[in-house]
Amino acid sequence: MIENIDFSLINWSRAQFALTAVYHWIFVPLTLGLALIMAIMESLYVKTGAEHWKRTAQFWMKLFGINFAIGVATGIILEFEFGTNWSTYSWFVGDIFGAPLAIEGILAFFMEATFIAVMFFGWEKVSKRFHLASTWLTGIGATLSAWWILVANAWMQHPVGMEFNPDTVRNEMVDFFAVAASPVAVAKFFHSVLSGWVLGAVFVAGVSSWFLLRQRHREFALRSMKVAVVVGLAASLLSAWSGDSSAYQVARTQPMKLAAMEGLYDGGYDMGLVGVGVLNPDKQSYDDGKEAFLFRIEIPNMLSFLSTRTADGYVPGIRNIIEGGYPTDCGEKALSADEKMRRGRQAIEALGDYREAKRFGNQQAADSARQALQANMGYFGYGYMKDAGELVPNVPLNFYAFRVMVLLGGYFILFFAVVLFSLYKRDISRMKWLQYVALWSIPLGYIAGQAGWIVAETGRQPWAIQDLLPVTAAVSRLEPQSVQVTFFIFLALFTVMLAAGISIMVRAIRKGPAMNAEI
Amino acid sequence: MESTYIFLQQYWWFIVSFLGGLLVFLLFVQGGNSLLFCLGKTEEQRSLLVNSTGRKWEFTFTTLVTFGGAFFASFPLFYSTSFGGAYWLWMLILFSFVLQAVSYEFQSKAGNLLGKRAYQIFLVINGVMGPFLLGVAVATFFTGADYHVDKMSLVREFSPAVSVWGSPWHGLEALASPWNVVLGLAVFFLARILGLLYFLNNIRDEELNRRSRRVLGVDTVFFLMFFLAFIYRTLVAPGPAVEPNTGYIYLQPYKYLSNLLQMPLVLSLFLIGVFFVLYGILRSVYSRTYVRGIWPAGSGTVLTVLALLLCAGYNHTAYYPSLADLQSSLTLANSCSSEFTLKVMAWVSLMIPFVLGYIVYAWRAMDKKKLTRKELEGEEHKY
Repeated sequence: MIENIDFSLINWSRAQFALTAVYHWIFVPLTLGLALIMAIMESLYVKTGAEHWKRTAQFWMKLFGINFAIGVATGIILEFEFGTNWSTYSWFVGDIFGAPLAIEGILAFFMEATFIAVMFFGWEKVSKRFHLASTWLTGIGATLSAWWILVANAWMQHPVGMEFNPDTVRNEMVDFFAVAASPVAVAKFFHSVLSGWVLGAVFVAGVSSWFLLRQRHREFALRSMKVAVVVGLAASLLSAWSGDSSAYQVARTQPMKLAAMEGLYDGGYDMGLVGVGVLNPDKQSYDDGKEAFLFRIEIPNMLSFLSTRTADGYVPGIRNIIEGGYPTDCGEKALSADEKMRRGRQAIEALGDYREAKRFGNQQAADSARQALQANMGYFGYGYMKDAGELVPNVPLNFYAFRVMVLLGGYFILFFAVVLFSLYKRDISRMKWLQYVALWSIPLGYIAGQAGWIVAETGRQPWAIQDLLPVTAAVSRLEPQSVQVTFFIFLALFTVMLAAGISIMVRAIRKGPAMNAEI
Repeated sequence: MESTYIFLQQYWWFIVSFLGGLLVFLLFVQGGNSLLFCLGKTEEQRSLLVNSTGRKWEFTFTTLVTFGGAFFASFPLFYSTSFGGAYWLWMLILFSFVLQAVSYEFQSKAGNLLGKRAYQIFLVINGVMGPFLLGVAVATFFTGADYHVDKMSLVREFSPAVSVWGSPWHGLEALASPWNVVLGLAVFFLARILGLLYFLNNIRDEELNRRSRRVLGVDTVFFLMFFLAFIYRTLVAPGPAVEPNTGYIYLQPYKYLSNLLQMPLVLSLFLIGVFFVLYGILRSVYSRTYVRGIWPAGSGTVLTVLALLLCAGYNHTAYYPSLADLQSSLTLANSCSSEFTLKVMAWVSLMIPFVLGYIVYAWRAMDKKKLTRKELEGEEHKY
């Protein structure tokens, strides 16, 4: 291990991937949410035969199309960036990771691509029912796509269903169902898709409110709101449940991420959940002896309960995870980071010994090296670490992003409950304050989604694949300048596309739905 | 190596090659876009052209993504080596497709910031760069690339690189090889031809049809010139052969020609494919009323590309030769996924006929009525 790591290459590669993912996630949730809402609207049209439902669905489809195009553009980049920027990763785990991506293409993308064309252009060319099926299948295709990409992502967070093969020097899949139906993937799928439905509902409610504020297309706006708010309330309530499942999985599989989310340096039993808190900006590392918080209000025992399902359960903090010695789920004492790094280096050395022994036909030495490798393989990625401090993700970013997401999640439940009540029990078209609240809630939906992904992805740093491969060992061997240039090209491209997309959407909304004045 | 494993490797190379063939056929979208200003002399004509290809662009996009995904799942060492190494070549391809993705939807919408013309130019850029650069990238399957594979780097280095690219140009050096450029140009002109044949089939407009047939003749001459030159060079050039028992790779004279002769089924696919392509083109050139040329030419394209890619990977051939270290060259055996993964994916691939089935069904339903100016006038959603 003689080579110095080129951190500028790693950081630019991470920045490029993060940039693409952030932009992609601006468009995907709205695609998922609008797909459901407009499919419900078209179903109402087919069921009732009322023309106004068709026009309502068509208006939201127009906005869906604008949003969808940029989502596709950013999505293609993400898939190929695994190869272009993370080539060692692509080999090391491609045997497992590639499969969900291929299945996504075969089963989901083609469904979306085929039926979206029928949805947009088929009104006069196919029957009502075929068209309705196409609209639903477009949404189902998008949701299936989310399933497979989240299976892939969940596998990076919690690698299961594979074994390391020293002959091929990579991890290989041995249990497809363990990968495709891992509890982490299930929790992640529901939480991500439900958050997309929440955003879609907030978007429709917000835009509809704008029409009410402008006193235009009143009936259209109220109709749209009714569908959106029912979807939104159901999705936001379910989101709270899926969020809890997701966080529980984090507690079980990525304790360091949980500790960062909570700003928890010193764990223990009976741990409280920080409801409101301000981190101490002077705290620079887990062992500098400084207080973690300037101020905090805790809900007693809640963190223990949410993490372990018992009110007095043990939750490790960052220092505990680095120093080890705390009780784990399986009843053993946790290893210290130094010990894990030592075992990781042993695993890497054993791999080298195994390959050498095989090259010289020394089977006995090969068997012995293989045993050593298998005994330490769980810590393989730690062998690429130089310092235990590298294992700690960005605590303030995770702490605040997590709180923003949770607070906004709670806000959306309240918001949809109030709007639903007002729709049915009051005259919402006269409640200007609520219309303004709905309109200004649109950006909050995006902020919540982005905050969630920041927690999911920065919380797992420094790992590309938890415990198996850090980003420093996963990156392609490129000149940093190449990645810098492509980063700025993508930044410019995506930003222009986003600005154009927003501008077109605003114009389309201002123009309003193609309806007679009375409807 | 077990026979099941060998079968699965060959099976997946077939699937990837088939997807490659399908992708080249679907490049008719790009080929059509490259002709936007050449055929469309008025805004109305350009609108017809854009709305014609615009209803199919997602298929090309999806096939490109699935082609990449299938390669990743079945031959991850290629994904790692080529994408991570030929960085700039792939990035240029991706940039051009990113431009295309929004250009359809945005160009006619109010508030698009850049103006209609800019988005139309983006479509032309994608139409030219996409097929040409994909052709250049595929040519390296026959002409080789500058890399070496070093899996033991994982043991030696803190920041290991399993595949290391030799050239600092990271893929752009492929453009300096005349034979790569020749195949790039062949794919470019083929995409244009397919685009023209698609327009003849999909649009009912006298003037556009007349102009399309005229351009078709010229592009066919260029296509044949570049395609035949590349085929000739490939058949007479030495190719990387693999010693099946040891995996040792060596250069064998007339390797690709031998492959075709030793695999009569592949040779038949190739000849039938070429025949159908030529039949579709020539009948469209010589008959003023024939508009179905896209189907024989399209299926011929799929068969020809399939046969060429099978020729690159089957019969103990290294499908991605390394110019830096011949023993690093990628073969089906040394670059594929594990038997388990290939088996799982093989089960998934049984869905492909079903997927193709609903695509054909939906395509036919949408294209029963041909695109006319009148239809566009009354269309709610148009580009």
